[in-house]
Amino acid sequence: MSTASARTPKLGVQAATKVYQTGSGDLLALDRCSLDVQPNEIVSIVGPSGCGKTTLLWSMSGLHRLTGGAILLDGNEITGPRPEIGIVFQEANLLPWRNLDANINFPFEIKGEKPDRAWIAHLLHRVGLDGFGGKFPRELSGGMQQRAAIVRALALKPSVLLMDEPFGALDSFTREEMNHLVEEIWLDTKTTIVFITHSIEEAIFLSDRVVVLTTRPGRVAKIYDVPFARPRSLEIMATKEVFDLTNRIKMDIVGERRPQAKEQPEHKSAEIVRIRP
Amino acid sequence: MSGGDAIPEFSKAKSGGDGQDVSLTNLSAFASGPGIKSGAEVAAILAVAVVIIGGIELALRLFHVPQYIMPPPSSIVYALFDEFPLIAPHLGYTLVELISGFAIGAVVGLVMAAVITQFPFAEKIVAPYILILVTTPMLALVPLLILRFGFGYTPRIIAVALAAGPMVMINAATGFRRVDSAKIALARSYGASTLQIFWKIRAPMALPMILVGLMIGAIFGLLTAVGAEMVGGGFGLGNRLTSYSSMIQMPQFFAVVLILSTLGILIYVLFFLIGKKWASWET
Ligand SMILES: Nc1ncnc2c1ncn2[C@@H]1O[C@H](COP(=O)(O)OP(=O)(O)O)[C@@H](O)[C@H]1O
Ligand SMILES: [Mg+2]
Repeated sequence: MSTASARTPKLGVQAATKVYQTGSGDLLALDRCSLDVQPNEIVSIVGPSGCGKTTLLWSMSGLHRLTGGAILLDGNEITGPRPEIGIVFQEANLLPWRNLDANINFPFEIKGEKPDRAWIAHLLHRVGLDGFGGKFPRELSGGMQQRAAIVRALALKPSVLLMDEPFGALDSFTREEMNHLVEEIWLDTKTTIVFITHSIEEAIFLSDRVVVLTTRPGRVAKIYDVPFARPRSLEIMATKEVFDLTNRIKMDIVGERRPQAKEQPEHKSAEIVRIRP
Repeated sequence: MSGGDAIPEFSKAKSGGDGQDVSLTNLSAFASGPGIKSGAEVAAILAVAVVIIGGIELALRLFHVPQYIMPPPSSIVYALFDEFPLIAPHLGYTLVELISGFAIGAVVGLVMAAVITQFPFAEKIVAPYILILVTTPMLALVPLLILRFGFGYTPRIIAVALAAGPMVMINAATGFRRVDSAKIALARSYGASTLQIFWKIRAPMALPMILVGLMIGAIFGLLTAVGAEMVGGGFGLGNRLTSYSSMIQMPQFFAVVLILSTLGILIYVLFFLIGKKWASWET
């Protein structure tokens, strides 16, 4: 591959390796995991539970250090939290002692900056939370809490949005609604999004590419292109292409879950599969 | 060691890590469930009070129980109003001891809890000593303190601080230990400093437990102040108790008891209201 002509990826994950020191010895969570996320792309990461998805996302956000390898944001190595990166955590993670307005102001308070009121009002309107600023998290449904968390993450206008199973705790209808919302926000802002999920349907509906990780230690097993135009309607989810793709990814993950033969090919490069729309 | 590595396990601990739900409103005897009691409930409580107090009054008069054994409620209330100008200064002295001793104990207890919980290793070593401080009745030290500091305010204020401080500390430490790694990660993702994480995440999370500690500390402080006043020195509500009982002025004695229990209830209500205002997010 020529490096000169290629675009700099928004996020470059280069042989990322993460070892956790635990009481019962070292635990290899990520093993030379490599992946490029292009600007304005939505990439979903799926994989068996405990395979290192969250670990990868935390490394991308600069919340913890890698043991080996590097993660580059616009070509520069990430060594700590960066304002260009917004995170949406699982279960909203709002501060229960603050109302919505104060929760959304939290990032600005930490940074000692003045909140951009017009932008926040626009975002609140976008996610349908006008007039809820004075409400406390406990007064809101799970879906509304997660909308507020998305507004909080976008308030600082990040160029990358990392989302860790953001809708895992929501019922399937709310979840579909939220998927449309993420798509709308993407159409609005073109923010690069890395989206971790355990729902293959959600991954296909939202993403340009779906990345399947191996069981722990996590590495990229396969990458699937999902070349449907946006905005996507729910109808595409009923097409044969999507049905086949869903099953292939499912088989990948199920196959991954089976006990593996001891000998794995060392550092095999990820297989890239394309389907026709 | 690698504190930054802790990835929150959301499904297990939704908030607060150790999963204990602390709340002042739950401890409240004033509110059965959320909100204020209905008019009917208040009426029933008052009716019970009238029946009990009236019954005692009637029984004491009917059986001609002498005043020095148990004065009837009416004469206690009469003594309260009649003697109040004489008791009031003593109430003031007791309040001075309570407030200054409590303030010192609370500040020291809070600071120690905040510092200790930052260093889990130090906390393990200090824990048994704190337990000794909490369980030792500080009243026992009062004769020694009087010997050293005389009969003024000083020994009493020290005793109150020694009684309140450990109570505040042990509860506040429980609060500060409720680490929620997801919330700390959130703050760190915006580049928060350790100090910002303390003030904006740890302290608010600890607040409900801190309020419980302050309330228990204040009540223990009141007990210790009155106890210390009974041991020595010529002023304070505790001194009034010993003085009235030695003169067999039982209505006045019980009037002071009434003032003391009112003080205790006021302390409780004060922290209950603060908790309702600032820590109600927990329920
Ligand atoms: N702070 C940590 N210390 C030790 N082990 C950890 C820590 N965080 C995660 N792990 C382990 O690393 C592996 C990957 O975890 P994680 O990235 O959370 O997986 P996923 O998000 O894919 O479910 C798991 O086996 C998990 O138990
Ligand atoms: Mg995870």
